[in-house]
Amino acid sequence: MTYRKFLAASALALIASGAWAKTDIIVGMQLEPPHLDPTSAAAGAIDSVLYSNVFEGLTRFASDGSIVAGLAKSWDISEDGLTYTFHLNEGVKFHDGTDMNAEDVKFSLDRARAADSQNAQKALFAGIASVDVVDPATVKVTLSAPNGAFLFNMAWGDAVIVAPESIENIKQAPVGTGAFKFANWVQGDRIELAKNDGYWGTPAKLDAVTFKFISDPTAAFAAVMAEDVNVFAGFPAPENLAQFGADPRFLVLVGSTEGETILSTNNKMPPFDNVKVREALAHAINRQEIIDGAMFGYGTPIGTHFAPHNPDYVDLAAQSAYDPELSKKLLAEAGFPDGFKTTLKLPPPSYARRGGEIIAAQLRAVGIETEISNLEWAQWLEEVFKGKDYGLTIVSHTEPADINIYARPEYYFQYDSAAFQGLMADLNNATDPAKRSEILKAAQKMIADDYVNGYLFQLAALSVANAKVKGLWTNAPTQATDLTAVYWEE
Amino acid sequence: MLRYVTKRFLSLCVALVVASAVIFTLVEVVPGDPASFMLGINAQEDTLAALREELGLNGSLLSRYLDWVGGMVRGDFGTSYTYRTDVAGMIADRMQVSLPLALYALALSTLIAFPAGIWAAARRGRVGDVAVMGATQLGLAVPNFWFAMLMVLVFAIKLRWFPAGGFAGWEKGLWPGLKSLTLPAIALALPQAAILTRVMRSALIDALGEDYIRTARAKGLTRGQALRRHALRNALIPVLTIIGMQFSFLLAGAIIIENVFFLPGLGRLVFQSISARDLIVVESVVMLLVFAVIVVNFAVDLAYALVDPRLRTRE
Repeated sequence: MTYRKFLAASALALIASGAWAKTDIIVGMQLEPPHLDPTSAAAGAIDSVLYSNVFEGLTRFASDGSIVAGLAKSWDISEDGLTYTFHLNEGVKFHDGTDMNAEDVKFSLDRARAADSQNAQKALFAGIASVDVVDPATVKVTLSAPNGAFLFNMAWGDAVIVAPESIENIKQAPVGTGAFKFANWVQGDRIELAKNDGYWGTPAKLDAVTFKFISDPTAAFAAVMAEDVNVFAGFPAPENLAQFGADPRFLVLVGSTEGETILSTNNKMPPFDNVKVREALAHAINRQEIIDGAMFGYGTPIGTHFAPHNPDYVDLAAQSAYDPELSKKLLAEAGFPDGFKTTLKLPPPSYARRGGEIIAAQLRAVGIETEISNLEWAQWLEEVFKGKDYGLTIVSHTEPADINIYARPEYYFQYDSAAFQGLMADLNNATDPAKRSEILKAAQKMIADDYVNGYLFQLAALSVANAKVKGLWTNAPTQATDLTAVYWEE
Repeated sequence: MLRYVTKRFLSLCVALVVASAVIFTLVEVVPGDPASFMLGINAQEDTLAALREELGLNGSLLSRYLDWVGGMVRGDFGTSYTYRTDVAGMIADRMQVSLPLALYALALSTLIAFPAGIWAAARRGRVGDVAVMGATQLGLAVPNFWFAMLMVLVFAIKLRWFPAGGFAGWEKGLWPGLKSLTLPAIALALPQAAILTRVMRSALIDALGEDYIRTARAKGLTRGQALRRHALRNALIPVLTIIGMQFSFLLAGAIIIENVFFLPGLGRLVFQSISARDLIVVESVVMLLVFAVIVVNFAVDLAYALVDPRLRTRE
């Protein structure tokens, strides 16, 4: 009798000990979203939690960065490139049970481009002249001028579709159409999502997702090691990755992001208004040393403001290769044989703080003395970005395909080139892919030839995950932690 | 006694008014615009203006100060710029972590310090005393965040007895909540215990040298009885002062420990709000902490009077 009981108990224990795969996951992340409305803040952390998981747009980014259909299953573009007719997926419901239809699309786009809009990327919607509802499943968007990037713009987290019924509480209780719905937010600690059983597309494999916010790199390391989190998206301490890589419990994911990390240069401030000085700056920089020293080897050298994984990328790194002798010669030609002094203002991320120290040493070797000051983000925005009171700064531009910022003469690095502005105007009017590719390549070459900024490296997307977790994105074409296809391997 | 309390209460009120003015001015003069922090580098001027209008950042400094103070008196702490929720509610949520953590650490610190201090004072100059004093030196010298990391390494990563950080939440029960606060409370408590032990020991040693102890001994009390019945009570005043100061320090000063253990407490809220220029949250939390310090000091002043009857009858 006792023997039989023992057998029964062991059988039960076997069943209980994990014959089924886990269906919940805890994802660690460094930054907490300030609120949960992706359409009214710049904070990348909002998209990192909600993009694609909870909110969806007409189009969306796929894991390779290409633009695919989202809530719109297809679209027609008029001959003149001015009218986009979107055909929406049918039977799509918001998490509160209301229907998602053309009215909601019109509401979302009109809200983003309204006079009192608080959209952080309002420029994405600037070309829209009108949005018209044709029928509940069809919406027509008319542009004031052709815009080859329109479908790309509609994939951003700032362009997701929201509903008028739930807009009032969106910042605390977001209601979207995605495969997960918002469940709970313990501020300062975690956000919980639950599977959306009524999802219109391929249902999520996980039942529950918890995002946990751990800002301290040492604490992040401990949380992964103690397996308090199953995934850490955007791991903040690259120096620890080798240790995770050697541990069979974990898998290190190294991908690329849209973050061009650059030594931004104040093009209007002497002596940087002289292209020779900027060229000298470019040759004084040893990119590999910065990548090794600041990022522990993670990052791809770049020679222009463009992501290397993009098919239109031109590798121009050789044009500004490390050559301190040439740098000194150029400085002498520009009238600074003994170098000069300038400021180097560094925002908080470690790529800037660590990279800044290395760059300062490299510049000193050619005679350029830098006075380093460490700023918080709010100070950086005020002094550097708005006040343009700086000589040099280091920052990663994480917006996808953002070379068009060089067409804004008032932008903080103050590059004012009529030729480049002309190129961007052509790009906006071009809808033919071959033509667009050609213009983009010319634009990359032009800013490299003008040595507008020091181009350092493409920021790597670094994540650590439990080795049994499958379906995570390796690359980060936009700030997102898409968990819709993630599952536990048995 | 009434006069004593009234006097203390008046000085409490003055301190609060001065503190509110200082905090408001300091926070407002720090450079950085909350609106541009929130909307980032691609924001357009008109968008920024719309947000500033909504946040009420356009009013004059004085009118904003009066709004803020007036609101606080009515119990309305305003609405957070970034989180867009009620600041009072946010603080209440964070208090569920910070207050128990401070009390837990204070309890640990007292539980360690009282026996250790009394034991060392009773054995003044002997091996036990030297050992306790050596341990307190160590407790003071070791930075608490380093000790915290060490504990995480041993108890969370190697032994898996405790989580590496985070807060389970009281809704999961008392034990899961306490369990997630244990390592942080120990890390916070040790340096405080070291200070308190030293204060306890020296206060007792002073008291033991007083005439009344000699008298008590002459009456026939043993050394231990004299210490417990007479010296201890007299030694409590400096100890109470330190405990009061430690409580306010633990409530406000856990920022680093909260970061190491990623606990959603007040310290972390202040830290996040400062970097996001969420001025209203910074101002309100700091004001609340000042309020806590002042009230704790007030309570300690009253406790003196309870411990020492002479303070009640004086004047």
